[in-house]
Amino acid sequence: MTYKSSVPLYWRLRKSKYNLIGTKCANCNSVFFPPRALCPNCRRRGKTENFRFSGKGKILTYTIIRAPPEGFERDAPYGVAIVRLDEGTNVTAQIVGDINKMEIGKRVSMVFRKIHEDGEDGLIRYGFKFQLIE
Amino acid sequence: MTRVAVIGAAYTKFDEHWEKSLRDLSTEAGALALRDAKIEGSDIQALYIGNMSAGSFTGQEHLAALAVDEAGLTPIPATRCEAACASGALAFRNAYIAILSGEYDIVVAAGAEKMTDLKGTDAIATLMGAGDQEWESSIGLTFVGLYALLARAHMHRFGTTSEQLAMVSVNNHKNATLNELAQFPAEVTVEQVLKSPLIADPLRLLDCSPITDGAAALVLVSEEVARRFENPVWILGCGQASDALALDNRKSLVEMNATKVAARQAYGQAGLEPKDIDIAEVHDCFSINEILAVEDLGFCEKGKGGKFVEEGKIARDGEKPINTTGGLKAIGHPVGATGIRQIADLVMQLRGNYGKLQINGVKRGLALNIGGSGATAITTILGKEPKPTTY
Repeated sequence: MTYKSSVPLYWRLRKSKYNLIGTKCANCNSVFFPPRALCPNCRRRGKTENFRFSGKGKILTYTIIRAPPEGFERDAPYGVAIVRLDEGTNVTAQIVGDINKMEIGKRVSMVFRKIHEDGEDGLIRYGFKFQLIE
Repeated sequence: MTRVAVIGAAYTKFDEHWEKSLRDLSTEAGALALRDAKIEGSDIQALYIGNMSAGSFTGQEHLAALAVDEAGLTPIPATRCEAACASGALAFRNAYIAILSGEYDIVVAAGAEKMTDLKGTDAIATLMGAGDQEWESSIGLTFVGLYALLARAHMHRFGTTSEQLAMVSVNNHKNATLNELAQFPAEVTVEQVLKSPLIADPLRLLDCSPITDGAAALVLVSEEVARRFENPVWILGCGQASDALALDNRKSLVEMNATKVAARQAYGQAGLEPKDIDIAEVHDCFSINEILAVEDLGFCEKGKGGKFVEEGKIARDGEKPINTTGGLKAIGHPVGATGIRQIADLVMQLRGNYGKLQINGVKRGLALNIGGSGATAITTILGKEPKPTTY
């Protein structure tokens, strides 16, 4: 029982995965990533519109994945962090570069990378990772 | 409103059951619980069964109907409840509410999971379904990785140490040596935990609960029915709360707000405070979660959970015995069954005749079952005596 994803599963997320596009509520100015259709603060009074994040931020917490899931074996061990974006929300991403230098509070910036191969005949997905700023 | 009691409780051996299927395990647990309650199958009016992911683990959906079919209980209504690793307590809470509503008097709340029909890596990928598939799993984050992120944040903020995390596993494994239904009833040392391989820094293999097959079942009854039985154990409160599915959308990475809210509800319903709880079953899927739990349930101050563990307060002879029968770490964690197993262990402790597992003088126990990385929390308080009536 091996499932392969169809193209639309990832394709529909491409704007956010490629360019870090989330949403901003025009009513309360809160920003969201991933994008939200509904502002949880304002609900029906809110008005969400697309918002592109600068891709700069700092590490809130991190780990090193040493037992990877299928399709990530080649990258292991790899860093994963929750990043606080400068505009004021969080995103979870892999960290590239010297992962032994990950620290809480360290500055990072977004980079575009290959993320995952779904086997020999499946999709290749691209998206954002973050690199350490020295 | 009626009060509700538990009159039957049981769980199967938690293990890698190569010779038993999901249907075998759920039927076995149900039969044991009915025998324990001394009632007949024909007395049961409804079944709620917790199960996280039978569809992915075994290909089998529509589990609730299968469970009543196998148990020879058709045509009673059967409902499957899912909240990832909190599916068991979700089934319990829905059975409880069904009796409170007045619709039924005798209901079975069960939980079952068959995890070893998949190879290990696929079972682990299935567990990650409890997180956010589009934004967490898709970047290569694993389930232990989520808890590793929480552990790192807690260590950084409060100075919690790897040794303190290890002591959670040491405590729970030690308790499991008394439990013949446990998957790993063997002691481990702090050194062994700290030498076990890193899975997702800072969490090591022996910080993690295992992949397990197993099932558990409880018989819940209304007060009117409970009065006809010896030694019923009473439900004093049961709260449930939710939080953002993805960790990065939480307001805090060093507490579980859903646990705090669900606990507040349960304490409020029971008219009790954390100090009134004699023993607790908490969700130690990873060692850090037991530390978060003792803080968020109010057993100690925020940030002092590591110290609470280090000082031996969670030991069977400590001030607040936690996971007295081995916890998820050492009994095993068949995800859908765990929430029911926790309550079954409390019921047996509260009856006061739990053999070598018995903790003396237990009057009130609390169970905390958590789904995913904390997006669902269900807190249940049970008592030897019913809550005083206010009418």
